[in-house]
Amino acid sequence: MNTQLKQLYQEIILDHNRYPRNYGRLENPTHQARGHNPLCGDQIELTLQIRDNVIEDIRFEGKSCSICKASASVMTTVVKGTSLEEAETLFEAFHELLTHEEPTKVSSLAAEWRDKLSVFSTVRLFPVRVKCATLPWHTLHNALKNSTQVASTE
Amino acid sequence: MKDLVQRAERLRADFPLLHQRHPSGSPLIYLDNAATTHKPRAVLQTLERFYTTTNANIHRGLHWLSQEATRLYEEAREVVAQFLQAASPQEIVFVKGTTEGINLIAHGLRQVHFQPGDELLLTAAEHHANIVPWHLIARDIPVRLRPAPLRSDGGLDWEAFQQQITPRTRLIAITAMSNALGTEMPVSAIGALARQRDIPFLVDAAQFAPHKPINVQEWCADFVVFSGHKLYGPTGIGVVYMRHPWGETLPPYQGGGDMIVEVRWDSSTYAKPPQKFEAGTPPIAEAIALAESIRYLTQKVGWDFIQAYEQYLTDYAQARIEEVPGLQLFGTARPKGAIWSFYSEAVHPHDMATFLDQAGIAARAGHHCAQPLMEALQVPATTRASLAFYNLPSEIDSLAQSLHQIVHFFV
Repeated sequence: MNTQLKQLYQEIILDHNRYPRNYGRLENPTHQARGHNPLCGDQIELTLQIRDNVIEDIRFEGKSCSICKASASVMTTVVKGTSLEEAETLFEAFHELLTHEEPTKVSSLAAEWRDKLSVFSTVRLFPVRVKCATLPWHTLHNALKNSTQVASTE
Repeated sequence: MKDLVQRAERLRADFPLLHQRHPSGSPLIYLDNAATTHKPRAVLQTLERFYTTTNANIHRGLHWLSQEATRLYEEAREVVAQFLQAASPQEIVFVKGTTEGINLIAHGLRQVHFQPGDELLLTAAEHHANIVPWHLIARDIPVRLRPAPLRSDGGLDWEAFQQQITPRTRLIAITAMSNALGTEMPVSAIGALARQRDIPFLVDAAQFAPHKPINVQEWCADFVVFSGHKLYGPTGIGVVYMRHPWGETLPPYQGGGDMIVEVRWDSSTYAKPPQKFEAGTPPIAEAIALAESIRYLTQKVGWDFIQAYEQYLTDYAQARIEEVPGLQLFGTARPKGAIWSFYSEAVHPHDMATFLDQAGIAARAGHHCAQPLMEALQVPATTRASLAFYNLPSEIDSLAQSLHQIVHFFV
């Protein structure tokens, strides 16, 4: 196994893949959205409980590859308890981390968030896998807008 | 067996691309032949020779070059007709590929054949190219697609297939070989049934064509389509076989130059088939190079070798993949072509493909443009290794070794 692969499939990603956090669905969500990458088949569904502008609870479920699943799992741990504005900032930072050569937004996040998101920085080296990691975040973005559109990164 | 492998090793010399290395430094192991095949030097040289010596437009110039180009292009049509055992080269239409071919037929049948309430009988194994063109028809004329189920081993459920034929069945359109599973459909038996009931019969031979010889008359086929690039030829060229008199019955697909007899401001009259279906400048060099790939395949490599060796590779791959713990292998029904699809609950196909890629192995992960089939198999996607006569047992060993490592890593 080469170094690039080891960086992609870090222990923490494998751990979230094996033991996804916040997996399942909320009974009475205030917000929800579905995401689907038609080219690769990744599917994800988010249910959220939002009160007073704060994401009080979030769950995800779906069928997806390890990168998508780990990204969704990490995302739920990061955004739980944040305000909608903070969640949006995190979405933008994550998106930039995976799509820009020299991302800057992640470094200005709080250390706990920065460390969790940075685990995915190597995904950028595997261009065909970027959409796997960003799908959960695009789905969150739609859920927060209460959009009924199925999110897609294609 | 040793003789067959040695022959394959020698034939690899004809394919320059196979001698490249993957950026990781590993030798390139190309197991994505169902997506597209590589081109032997003879085909590449034909393309270059055409553009350096014979390039001209066809059917319209009175000059020497145009006549030469026309001669080679029409000769290619004869080579294809012979390859398919068609009754006449007039039954051969050149198109861009299988997809355009099926769209051409669907477009024509919509205008002269289908009535509201008609049914089309397909198999559960169809590629989207043999599903979506019929959906486009259904927007104008409410026709219904009936997919005949497969057995759990990926072969066609023959009893169920026969039961799906009703008095409303107005077309049977099937793949001869599943692109995702490699399993063959009983084409001749279906053709006989269709002919008996006077139902037009279309065969998607995109996957079948590179693996086994075709006889369109034995198949009782009205339409057969395949692509050049899956047959060791160039992209941008494909073939529609239209049994006489379908070429007369179907209306033109596109209008333009080369497909007309006379054009006036208020109307135009169309040329006879096959020109009627070849509006504009066709892929001339590609058609000529396709004929060369057919010559290479049938004369230099030969069907006897291809069939014997690919059968050996298919069996060998099955044995090696079955040794990998937790892998589910699809499409074990025989007869089948050299295509294997597999799935592991523990490793998503995309993770698998990324690992394989890093080992220099080109395999396809996804739904293989056959989403209804994936749904029937109850998997989101599979990993597919599709072989050609230039693949070697040692490459299958590398695949198996990587699969062992991947499964070990994730479990």
